[in-house]
Amino acid sequence: MGDFTDPVFLARLQFAFTVSFHIIFPATSIGLASFLAFVQWRWLRTGQEVFLTLFDYWIKPFAVVFGMGVVSGLMMSYEFGTNWSVFADKAGPVIGPLMGYEVLTAFFIEAGFLGVMLFGRDKVGPRLHFFATFMVAAGTLMSAFWILSVNSWMQTPAGYGMNEVGQYVPEDWIKVIFNPSFPYRLVHMVFAAYLTTALVVAGVGAYHLLRDKTNQTSRKMFSMAMWFIAIIAPLQILAGDQHGLNSYEHQPAKVAALEGHFKTQKAAPEYLFGFPNMETGEIEYGLAIPYLGSWILTHDFNAEIVGLDQFPREDWPNVPIVFWSFRIMVGLGLLFFCLGTWGLVERWRGNLFDRRSLARFAVLLGPAGYIAVLCGWITTEVGRQPYTIYGLLRTVDSASPVAAPAVATSLAAIVAVYLFIFGLGTFYVVRLVGQVPPDSPPPPSRVLLDQGGNRAIRILRRLRGGAGA
Amino acid sequence: MILDLALIWALILAIGVFVYVALDGFDLGVGILFPLMRDERERDTAIGAIAPVWDGNETWLVLGGGGLLAVFPLAYAVIFPALYVPLIAMLLALVFRGVAFEYRVHSKRHKWLWDGAFFGGSLIAAFAQGIALGAWLQGIEVVDRAYSGAWWDWLSPFSIATGLALVCGYSLLGATWINLKTEGKLNERARMLVFPLAAATIAFIVAVSLWTPLLDPRYSDRWFTWPTMLYALPVPLFVAVTMWTLWQALNKDRPLTAFLSAELLFLLCYIGLGISVWPDIVPTSISIHEAAGPDKSLGFLLVGAVFLVPLILAYTASAYWIFRGKVKDGGYHH
Ligand code: HDD
Ligand code: HEM
Ligand code: HEM
Repeated sequence: MGDFTDPVFLARLQFAFTVSFHIIFPATSIGLASFLAFVQWRWLRTGQEVFLTLFDYWIKPFAVVFGMGVVSGLMMSYEFGTNWSVFADKAGPVIGPLMGYEVLTAFFIEAGFLGVMLFGRDKVGPRLHFFATFMVAAGTLMSAFWILSVNSWMQTPAGYGMNEVGQYVPEDWIKVIFNPSFPYRLVHMVFAAYLTTALVVAGVGAYHLLRDKTNQTSRKMFSMAMWFIAIIAPLQILAGDQHGLNSYEHQPAKVAALEGHFKTQKAAPEYLFGFPNMETGEIEYGLAIPYLGSWILTHDFNAEIVGLDQFPREDWPNVPIVFWSFRIMVGLGLLFFCLGTWGLVERWRGNLFDRRSLARFAVLLGPAGYIAVLCGWITTEVGRQPYTIYGLLRTVDSASPVAAPAVATSLAAIVAVYLFIFGLGTFYVVRLVGQVPPDSPPPPSRVLLDQGGNRAIRILRRLRGGAGA
Repeated sequence: MILDLALIWALILAIGVFVYVALDGFDLGVGILFPLMRDERERDTAIGAIAPVWDGNETWLVLGGGGLLAVFPLAYAVIFPALYVPLIAMLLALVFRGVAFEYRVHSKRHKWLWDGAFFGGSLIAAFAQGIALGAWLQGIEVVDRAYSGAWWDWLSPFSIATGLALVCGYSLLGATWINLKTEGKLNERARMLVFPLAAATIAFIVAVSLWTPLLDPRYSDRWFTWPTMLYALPVPLFVAVTMWTLWQALNKDRPLTAFLSAELLFLLCYIGLGISVWPDIVPTSISIHEAAGPDKSLGFLLVGAVFLVPLILAYTASAYWIFRGKVKDGGYHH
């Protein structure tokens, strides 16, 4: 265990604690903002009341979550200075401007349009109100863009030099921003946010369907979210796989740790389960599929895979943590895929709203996206250790010259405040989504369904005609 | 070099921090005055007067922190550890206060708790900001590009005084804002408070202004030697004129003029402060040019700032315009 008199350890604990809380809220608000913009757009287009009802239902939890995201994020942006001042001095010239752009292009947009989105519908009319929602959604995505660029630069630094006082300085901004791991991380994280939100919406819809399966609003939200999961879950697995290949290229020690490969070997196995022991360099009680490890990382069954033995011991990350957090994330990803596919099958059979076991499964997985997101970040961040800037600046050399008692006191205060505040916030959100959504008039369904059906048949005919001709 | 980027950025950040003080100042002030509200409806109305804009106001604080990291990383790395305790206290207070906006709507039995959190959070945040200001002004010890003092160096009679001064000043802004945005009894009570608060604020300004030159010979040189005295001399004069305008505005019931006069008072103090510390960014140890990052960083962000800051000001202004006029009794709902 760590040493509670060591200010660096305390600062790490504090950073991990605050950022783990913070990421929960953006993961929700990135997804929900886009969802709200989407239903509002559908409402403007179709005039169906159900979309407006959905908007009014979800805007309340959104407002609470957004508020929590803002205040926890403010804490983060000051922590770089209070707790990681050496890092801030050295890396500021590179990552500072990126975070500056995040403030200018994202935070101000979100904050500036949020007031109108939350309170302004009667004042500005539906179109401008939709524009405000849209801008908030765009702002959340822009925010993800910049902050992930910063984080990715810390993982795979590029486009920098060093000046005479020991600061990293930018040489090529394009290379800095679009550093090697950034595109992968951006796609994977945005999908993660969408997937997490879709799971929450599906879970809430399913919960209400289990009580009353005729409620049109619950039906709509469940159906929309299940479409979404069916599409995004497989894409996320694909994105994760690509991300892993990229990390294997740029951070091989991290990948060796998360795969549990202590030794460099040909035809490496893929461990499904096991307890990595860093003292002996063995996986205890390992359950493995031979050859699969090599195949996953190189798409070749016999390739040689780099193990931790290629790296000095003091450069290893903590193996058990990343090994397990990675497995939990991937396991959940596969479960989400199952849920999406099962939903498609039931929809095909016309049972989407009637299959109670499907609804129960959706309720169960409702909050699981958050676990996957946290495990993903733990894999990424713990896997980067012992560096804050991979290969360049060690964590022990990054911390502020602040005495341990100060850090310990602030850590204790932060833990107490966060547990209280965000615990209650979660309680309010859960109570809000526990309320039965107001029923909506059934869509002018006959007509619309027939139109939809007719169009499908027309397309089918054309396809068949084309094939026959 | 043609452009002095460090100088340009020092000005931009100085303006950004002032916009923060001017805007979040009045909404923190409304929080500090919360005990003034007699019942639920009055509290809802007061919250309604700031709910649509407070998040945007607070974003200028993020700009201050983020901007400092981007263009003056050394200053960020020195000031923040030095102000560790007041900054963490401020952030935690802002956490309480920020969530209170939404939580008080959703809480059934504990609304009083969130009203209390809103008041306490606003008060502590303002006090901590004032302390941070005082601690910064009294100077920060630096050795080898790092803060070298202890973690309680920020605590001094002077920093406590600046803390109280800021609480008082923000209450003044809050009172003029309530006076501007509400009607009826609440409005009257706020208006009664404006002048006493203004007088107290002036007293603090005088005290802090007399105290500051005693802190460091560099400050007293600035204020009491020719020719820099020339810049400083008109400041007290302007303060007097502003007070007179405020008094007139209150008597003639021109709430917008009253609010703007209070803001002007802040601007004057801010300019006075700037004259004292210029050209340091960490008073008495690091100047803006020593703290500045490489031109490549400053230039890159400047390109964006030149386009985006005016745009931000424009849509911020339009948000204020959309929610202009008096708040209906009971505030907004979504
Ligand atoms: C912009 C940069 C950035 C971003 C977006 C994140 N982190 Fe991070 N993280 C850091 C920058 C950082 C850091 C400043 O570099 C830390 C502090 C100490 C360290 O070694 O790295 C760190 C440490 C750190 C640790 C401790 C690792 C250890 O000490 O072994 C954990 C568990 C996390 N982070 C978790 C997260 C989570 C859940 C994030 C989700 C948002 C996250 N990080 C985003
Ligand atoms: C150390 C890392 C981080 C820092 C310093 C940070 C900083 C901040 C700050 C200061 C805010 C509040 C802005 C405001 O006042 O409106 C915020 C909110 C936000 N952040 Fe972070 N952030 C970090 C990590 C992340 C990550 C990894 C993501 C997403 C991929 C993210 C996405 C967002 C979003 C979407 C918001 C808007 C508010 C919300 O959605 O709740 N942030 N962040
Ligand atoms: C099932 C297949 C998945 C695979 C193969 C996969 C792969 C990966 C890998 C290799 C990393 C570490 C990147 C690094 O080296 O730094 C990662 C990170 C991450 N994963 Fe996954 N992942 C999967 C599913 C998911 C799911 C379902 C979620 C969330 C809903 C998720 C969320 C994250 C997050 C938030 C990160 C950290 C940010 C990042 O580095 O991109 N992942 N994933």
